[in-house]
Amino acid sequence: MKIAKDQSLGIQEPVSDSTAALLRELVAHLRQHRTELREEWARRITQAKLLTAMSDEEIFAEATSVYDNYVEALETGTFEALQAYARNLSERIIPRGVQTDEVVGIVLLLRDVLARSLFAKYQADFKLLNRILDAYEPAANRIANTVAVGFVQERERIIREQQEAIRELSTPVLQVRERLLILPIIGVMDPQRARQLTEQLLRGIRANRARVVVIDITGVAAIDSHVANHLVQTVEASRLLGATVIVTGLSPEIAQTLVNIGVDLGKMNTVGDLQGGIEEAERLLGYKVVPLTEGSSAPA
Amino acid sequence: MAVPILKQSQYLIATIQSALTDHDLVQLRDALVNQVGTLRSKGVIVDVTAMDVMDSFASRTLRDLAYMIRLRGAETVIVGIQPEVAFAMVQLGITLEDVTTALDLEEGLEYLDRKGQHGQRAL
Repeated sequence: MKIAKDQSLGIQEPVSDSTAALLRELVAHLRQHRTELREEWARRITQAKLLTAMSDEEIFAEATSVYDNYVEALETGTFEALQAYARNLSERIIPRGVQTDEVVGIVLLLRDVLARSLFAKYQADFKLLNRILDAYEPAANRIANTVAVGFVQERERIIREQQEAIRELSTPVLQVRERLLILPIIGVMDPQRARQLTEQLLRGIRANRARVVVIDITGVAAIDSHVANHLVQTVEASRLLGATVIVTGLSPEIAQTLVNIGVDLGKMNTVGDLQGGIEEAERLLGYKVVPLTEGSSAPA
Repeated sequence: MAVPILKQSQYLIATIQSALTDHDLVQLRDALVNQVGTLRSKGVIVDVTAMDVMDSFASRTLRDLAYMIRLRGAETVIVGIQPEVAFAMVQLGITLEDVTTALDLEEGLEYLDRKGQHGQRAL
């Protein structure tokens, strides 16, 4: 917010009385020709095959509000309202698959349409045209910038949120028996995911009062030394909370990596597959699974 | 601040309730090693739930405490290490090897009870 304020101060300061008068004249011109300029703009958007995800009516409706906001920003010299509008617009159109180049494209088109109308109006007086353009161009560029940056920021925010959501989903900590958790890991292990996994596991141990944890890495294709060390640290941290960790499903490639990079395996309790891991965990917890054989199954 | 030591049947329980200075920790260690003998305790539980930092001195003192108490013929369990503390400790390379740890006081007592039963059966 503070930066935006400083910037708007920066643009207001050099505005002398004559420029302000020119801008006023400009705004009056844009208000007067609102209908035809909007139509011209919407026509050029369709012509340039931008915003193909939207219908003509929608484009015209959006064009109207962008136009009004644009004129208002020119008039007041403040960009907060336009910024807020750009964010709001991005929120609505990003889910519909509108691309960054389209947004930048339509704002630049509007700038061109308006500039053309200025040329047409002032072509008789070249000096006045020059001064009008001097007043118009910096403000128009600022507006284009604001809208484009707003769009990109909104996009980045959505990407961050989704990454967060995927991370949350991808490391479930599941309780399969009293005091027994399993943690299936699937996909690529990067340092950030490894750290998050550790946090979730340690919290899960506390919340579920787990005594044994089975970490299954059947679904992990490869592992690097950083992640391998992290895994060992996770095992040790779990032990400090009083839980035993069993790692299962190490692929031949991962086994090779671990041995090659010299990870201390003495502290790691490993079992071939998830089934074996759960059986070992049950043994540690004192459970025994007995099959219900016919005849002795139902105590009468 | 000195740490109170409670006697609960054959066990001693020391609950750390606030951040301790190095001196307090050494005092706690000495007191526990002494009382294990005088009270003929079978086990000692140190509850560190309230500690949100475990530096190398604290963990070394706890490890020494466990070794000393083993030499005096009893078992030590450290209980209640917080998840964040645990991870910070292993990142610093402090793993309290050979020291028994448990989730909380209840688990610690259960562990000592199990150990005690095994001992009796062996006789």
